[in-house]
Amino acid sequence: MRKILASVKKESLLLLRDTGALIILFVMPLALIIAVTIIQQGSFKSMSSAKIPILLVDNDKGSIAEGIRKNLDDSGTFEVHSVEGNHTLTEAEAKDRVFKGKYQMAIVIPERLSSDLQIKVETKVDKILKDVGMSFDSVASNSQIQEKEIRLYFDPTTQLSFKSAVKNSIDKMVSEIEVKSVSKVFQEQLSDSVALFSEESFLSFKEISPIVDNKVVIPNATQHNVPAWTLFAIFFIVIPLSINLVKEKGQGTLVRLRTLPLPYWIVIAGKTATFLIICMIQFYLMVAVGVFVFPLLGLESLNVQGKLPLMSLVALFSGFAAIGFGIVLGTVSKTQEQSAPFGATSVVILAAIGGVWVPVFAMPKFMQLVAGFSPMNWGLNAFYDVLLRNSSLVDILPRLALMFVFFIVMVCISIVYDEKKRAL
Amino acid sequence: MIIRINKLSKKYKSAEEYSVNELTLDIKQGDIYGLLGPNGAGKTTLISMLCGLLKPTSGDFTINGFYNLTDAKEIRKIIGVVPQEYALYPSLSAKENLMYFGNMYGVDNLKLKVNQNLDRLGLLKYANKPIETFSGGMKRRVNLIAGLLHQPKVLFLDEPTVGVDLQSKNVIIDYLKECNKNGTTLIYTSHHLIEAQEFCTQVAIMDCGRILTKGSPSQLISETTHARNLEDVFLSLVGKELRDYA
Repeated sequence: MRKILASVKKESLLLLRDTGALIILFVMPLALIIAVTIIQQGSFKSMSSAKIPILLVDNDKGSIAEGIRKNLDDSGTFEVHSVEGNHTLTEAEAKDRVFKGKYQMAIVIPERLSSDLQIKVETKVDKILKDVGMSFDSVASNSQIQEKEIRLYFDPTTQLSFKSAVKNSIDKMVSEIEVKSVSKVFQEQLSDSVALFSEESFLSFKEISPIVDNKVVIPNATQHNVPAWTLFAIFFIVIPLSINLVKEKGQGTLVRLRTLPLPYWIVIAGKTATFLIICMIQFYLMVAVGVFVFPLLGLESLNVQGKLPLMSLVALFSGFAAIGFGIVLGTVSKTQEQSAPFGATSVVILAAIGGVWVPVFAMPKFMQLVAGFSPMNWGLNAFYDVLLRNSSLVDILPRLALMFVFFIVMVCISIVYDEKKRAL
Repeated sequence: MIIRINKLSKKYKSAEEYSVNELTLDIKQGDIYGLLGPNGAGKTTLISMLCGLLKPTSGDFTINGFYNLTDAKEIRKIIGVVPQEYALYPSLSAKENLMYFGNMYGVDNLKLKVNQNLDRLGLLKYANKPIETFSGGMKRRVNLIAGLLHQPKVLFLDEPTVGVDLQSKNVIIDYLKECNKNGTTLIYTSHHLIEAQEFCTQVAIMDCGRILTKGSPSQLISETTHARNLEDVFLSLVGKELRDYA
């Protein structure tokens, strides 16, 4: 025990005197979690305060274009522009502005959209009514109506998820307008004073959130971000830990440690204990930021009521997994130039695979399989189990066990590698 | 004999030649034994095997009666190592470094011993300064204390005076002689042949992983024609051509 305590003291002193490592371990994760949550909270709240500037080129000048503009204005997401100074923008000008990144997107409404849609709908309704023997005086022209398209231009830097969301809402908007037109014409044709076609939807949906202690638990960006980025920060321990091991090789201190009358695992135990303490400090700092600092920044507070002990356990075992990985990396690497970039890149890859950025369910099938092997995925799911799914210790035990087994396997690999190297 | 080496060999996987080739050697308790040889002679490889840092390809040895293949832990308890590198944590102070290594050896009355040793080697007033601010000679002295704190029976020193000024060198040599008087057997490698001639009670001159000759410095000098000192003995055995290797 004396030896492990001496090791912990030494490792702590080394870290305390390494400003770069302290910044990586404590300042960067806090900056990251605050920045990411502010950004994501913004997108979750439909960016009510920061509207996206878009262009609307109205070649229709009719009711449909008016409807689209009204819907866009009402959404609260967009700031719709059609003129520059006193000049009304053409499609070519709008395209140019968007492709140069001045606006996020442009919507071009084709000419005669409202009138042609009206004619098209009336023709169809007329035909239907004739078919069922309810002939009325035709109001529709028989002229051929060409299909119309609403053209969208996006800034090339626009993310696919945003594009897809915008396309879906415009599609929905156009469909609604079309349906309303059909209803209106039917009503006019049937000359019924009673509203047969209610404008209200018959079908609707309602999200049912989990209820815990008679309270509805609605997840917010904070509940998602704090565990995800805490885990990310915990895994960043890989960098200072692997550098620490590589430095010991370079300084020759490892030579001295190997000649000591104690097993190598005691040296590793000392490092593990120190870095576990750091992991837990990181975790509590992140939680403290989520609980106390986020509300001051106008973000939703992290709710850890009754969940902190289990969350601490998840953080501890995630720390084990991260430390195991760091020990292997430090043992195998020969220089800091190898360990630092590899450590940073591999943590980012593990985070990506683990579902920190893109949820695992949204990944391709093969990557979903790969995700199952990422310790960050085990940790993240364990955090979500506790925080969002209200799981118990028994529920998360398999994930904790996986992370601990990962640590043991990594340490064994390091010891075997070290032994083999000495036999070379 | 405190050390008995029996046909010890080491061939690195990437190498074509043996670094240590069926080397047999006995070292008496209380000796200051110098392992001398040009670069690539196999001195550091031999010491690394004796310290347990490298596994021999073949052969075996005993230290104080402990067999290397079965009693590795016992051997580690009675040996001390002063590597060629400083083998210290630069951002820790001299005292913090020594307290750490002393604790890892399980040394009793550690604080007292650390202070006594620092004082003996003229470092007490710098005890709380970080190693990175020390001169080469000061680092060598702290490095030496780190290998001796647990009062080992056998101390392996790989070039302990390389790159230090004359004053530091004298302090180091005097201190080592004192330790030797107190019962520590010293196994020492060096390129400073004059230093070895004055310091060692026995020397072995090595080349290509084998021992070319061994005995006391005065004996070797007297047995070699026209030799005035150990340098002459050395050159007559290993030649004057450059020994660069990569």
